[in-house]
Formats: sequence, C-alpha cells, structure tokens
Amino acid sequence: MAMDTIQKRLLREVADLHGIPEGAYNIRSDGKLAGRNTTANIDIVTKEDKPGIDIIIKDNTVNQSVHIPVIIAETGIKDLVYNDFYVGENCDVTIVAGCGISNCGGQESRHDGIHCFHIGKNSKVKYIEKHYGEGTGTGGRVMNPTTEIEMAENSYMEMETTQIKGIDDTIRNTTGKLADGAKLEIHEKIMTHEKQRAETYFSVDLDGVDCSANVISRSVAKGDSVQVFSSMINGNNQCAGHTACDAIIMDNASVVAKPELTANSVEASLIHEAAIGKIAGDQLIKLMTLGLTEEEAEEQIVAGFLK
Amino acid sequence: MIELRDVCFSAESAGVKKDILQNINLKIDERFVCLTGPNGSGKSTLARIIAGIVKPTSGQIIFDGEDITDLTITERAKRGISFAFQQPVRFKGITVKDLVTLAAGKKLTTAECCQYLSEVGLCAQDYINREVDDSLSGGEIKRIEIATMLARSTSLTLFDEPEAGIDIWSFGNLIEVFQKMYDKIQGNILIISHQERIFDIADRIIVVADGQVVADGEKEEVLPVLANQRPTVCSVLTEKVKKED
Repeated sequence: MAMDTIQKRLLREVADLHGIPEGAYNIRSDGKLAGRNTTANIDIVTKEDKPGIDIIIKDNTVNQSVHIPVIIAETGIKDLVYNDFYVGENCDVTIVAGCGISNCGGQESRHDGIHCFHIGKNSKVKYIEKHYGEGTGTGGRVMNPTTEIEMAENSYMEMETTQIKGIDDTIRNTTGKLADGAKLEIHEKIMTHEKQRAETYFSVDLDGVDCSANVISRSVAKGDSVQVFSSMINGNNQCAGHTACDAIIMDNASVVAKPELTANSVEASLIHEAAIGKIAGDQLIKLMTLGLTEEEAEEQIVAGFLK
Repeated sequence: MIELRDVCFSAESAGVKKDILQNINLKIDERFVCLTGPNGSGKSTLARIIAGIVKPTSGQIIFDGEDITDLTITERAKRGISFAFQQPVRFKGITVKDLVTLAAGKKLTTAECCQYLSEVGLCAQDYINREVDDSLSGGEIKRIEIATMLARSTSLTLFDEPEAGIDIWSFGNLIEVFQKMYDKIQGNILIISHQERIFDIADRIIVVADGQVVADGEKEEVLPVLANQRPTVCSVLTEKVKKED
C-alpha cells in the first residue's frame, strides 16, 4: 500500500507508526481496507453481515501486537465499523487502535467504531486508543467510539485512551463486565478547546469475586468547550472499584463530572473522587519564579497534567 | 546587590487596614544573610516583594543597580532572582526531572539532574522520575525545592524557612547543604530562618519585628536583641497571669 504524506502523518499520530507495522495489522483508510497482515497466532477476518473485522487471537499468544488504525483524509466520509476482538486464554498482547481525521473540506467527516473485547481466562491485554483530528476545513471532525469489554476469570486489561484537541464532537461509551479475579484499568486523557464537545460514559459491572476496576480520567477544557464525564461502577460481589475524574477548567469552558457507585454486596468496596478546578495560582507563580512567562507556565502545567 | 528603599506594605482584612511592612530600608550584598524575627513580623512578605510575587504599597526595589519595582516575577527571575517556597508547590504529572530541568533553563542530562538531587541528600535514582505531587513527603519536596535553586544558581536566592517541614534529624544534613551551596552558588543567599545553626553560618542577621527592622548586624550583636523579642500574644498572656496572681 502506498501512503501519501497526510495518511502517513495520521498513522504516526494515532498509532505511533512510521510506516507499515510489524506483525498483525489492519489499516482502514477513507472507509476502505488499505492493508492487512495476519500471523500464525493472530487472524483478521472481514465481517460478512456488517462493516468491520473479527480479530482472533489464539490461546497462549504472548508478546505480540495488533495494530488496527483508521484514517480519514477525505472530507464528508461517514464511516461505521464493528470490530470484535476474541482474545484466547493465557495471552499477553498489545492492541493499538485509534483514528485520525484530516478534514480540509466543508463537510463533516465521521468515524464511529464499535469495539467488543472478549478476553479469555488469565489473559493480559494492553489496549491503546488514540483519537486525532486536524485540518483547516469548516467541516466537523466527529468520532463516537464504543468499547464493550467482557473479561473472563483472572484476566487483566489496561486501556489507555487519549484525545488531545482536534475532534469537534465525541461521545465515548465504554462498558465492562468482569468475572472472578478480573482486573480492569482505564486511563483516559482528554483536551478540548474552541467549541469542541466531549462526552465520556463508563459503566463497569464488577460481577466476579475479587475482581476490580480503576477508572481514571484527566482532562483539560479550554476555550468555549464542554466536557461531560460520567463513570458508573456497580459492585455486585466481593470486589474493589475506584473511579477518579480530575479536570482543569480554563477560559469559558464547562465540565460536568458524574461519578456514580452502586453496591449490591456488603463486600463491595467502592470509591469515587472528582475534582474540577482552574490551574492553581501558586503553580503558575512557582514556574514564573523559574523564569517562565505565565503562558509558558500554563503550557507546562497542562502538558504535565495530561502526560 | 539588592536594595530596598522605603518599602511599605499594607493589607486590608475585614475592612481594617494593617501595616505589614513599614519603611524598610536595607542594602544587602553579603553572601549569606539570615532574615529572622517572630511569626507574622513580615519576613515572608519582604521576600515575596523582592521576588515580585507581592507588590509593595510604596517604595522601591533596586537589584544590581536597576529599579525592578515594576518588573514581573518572570522578568526578575530572568535577571537572577530565585525564590524557594516555604511550602513548595505540587504538580500532577510534572516529574522531578522536569522541574529541575525547567529551573536550570536548559536541557539537562540525567547525570546532571542526579547531581543536583544528590547534593540535597536525595538518592537520585529513586526520585528523578517521580511526580512532584502529593506522594512526596514534606521533607522530600523541600529538598527538591532546594535542588531547583542549585540548578538555577542565580545571583540572589531567597529561601523562605527551608527548615519548616523538615524533621530535626534531617536538618543537620540541610545545614551542610547550605554550607555547600555557599561555595557552589556564586551568588548571594537570603534565608528566612529561626534556626540558630543557620545564624551560625550567616555573615549577617537582620531581625524584623512588627514590620520593621529592629536589629541588623553580625550574630553577636543581634542575638541579645533577638532574645528580647517576645511574641505579643505571649506578653498578653503574661500580663493576664500577673493580674490573676
């Protein structure tokens, strides 16, 4: 597959790829398949009933990765895909997804990805998802990712999801269902500016004995942007759940944080934290006494916060 | 050299005007000067006025011959004034290495950064990648604050009660740090402190009480004045006890 500069840049931004990756991959460009590679342990199959792919990872697959980036460089593309990940037992894999939109035209470009994870017993998955948008056009850049996670006994999943500027409108839905001993770790980072809007909804069912979830969000809202963060953890057994939202609010932005806990078992231990505030004056002053201007200090504080 | 000319500062609290500093006139050019006096006497305000964090109500601040009264914090920092906070600021996500690098104002190698941390008695490997957040103890963050001052090495460094928040066992090491710093930073150090061991190594001690300089000189001259400084609250209580007797 030959890629132009825009496509290459988008790939680099969303998947940290400088070309075609090693191992298994599926690259979707402007709503079409642009490249695929499967390996002995990782198969990728196009769905027949709807757009999307099945990623099938055999039992005992360790130290392997799958990249499934989506890039949109044409204006007016509306893309919807269903991707199902079947991770076998005793695996240790890294999955890198993400979507980059470059919209220099006047029409809305949109990608809605519905990702379902079925994680087998004792498997470990690191899932990295990055959303990136650019372009000078007046057309909107919209992404609505849905992630559904089903975790079998003693499995572990770490999800890192990042969206820094660039996306005008996003509604992100993530759900989790955990069996005995499963552990889910979610770290979300979001920065919105101008008139952007980002809504994220997490809902985790802690069904199994000794399962646990940790849902952490850090966000910065600038300009006239609006953010909504909602995190619901349901403790249905002897389990541990923690959710925290930490937001920096600037200019005329607005942030809503709605952590919600439900305990349906006396053995459920659930904690939530939410903090929204402007950059502390002392932090700015400290960095200014080191020789930074107020703007430089603000940049450093925001960059550190979202690192 | 830093010079304060007729510096006054007053603040309003619940509609009542309070004079925090009254006509402070000081010329400081010694290498290691200790500013001391009772709590609430205006020492921290004075240091903050020099750093530009607080604007004086009236008066002038001259630094190395230049009137810096109207300069911002950043402009003063760039001219060579550093300020170590009494309660160092914490940042989520900014690592110790980031902060020391920002202080140095140039890219530092890990080895250079470690050197600064080792000098303040921190095992560099354990700290370099840690975030300067709530996970650090009061003593640890205080040392990191001092390491940022070493990295800056400016012509004037102000320390606001470096001993506050440090346990007595670590304090001995801290004195060594200041002694080393005296050799290392080729600039002047102005330190707000209540510790006699700091007085011992100071070239000059300035005592501030009720917003005024009440004594100024070498340790031997100043200590008797200091001994007579009693916080007002105590004298009120003493009077009360006397009356009850």
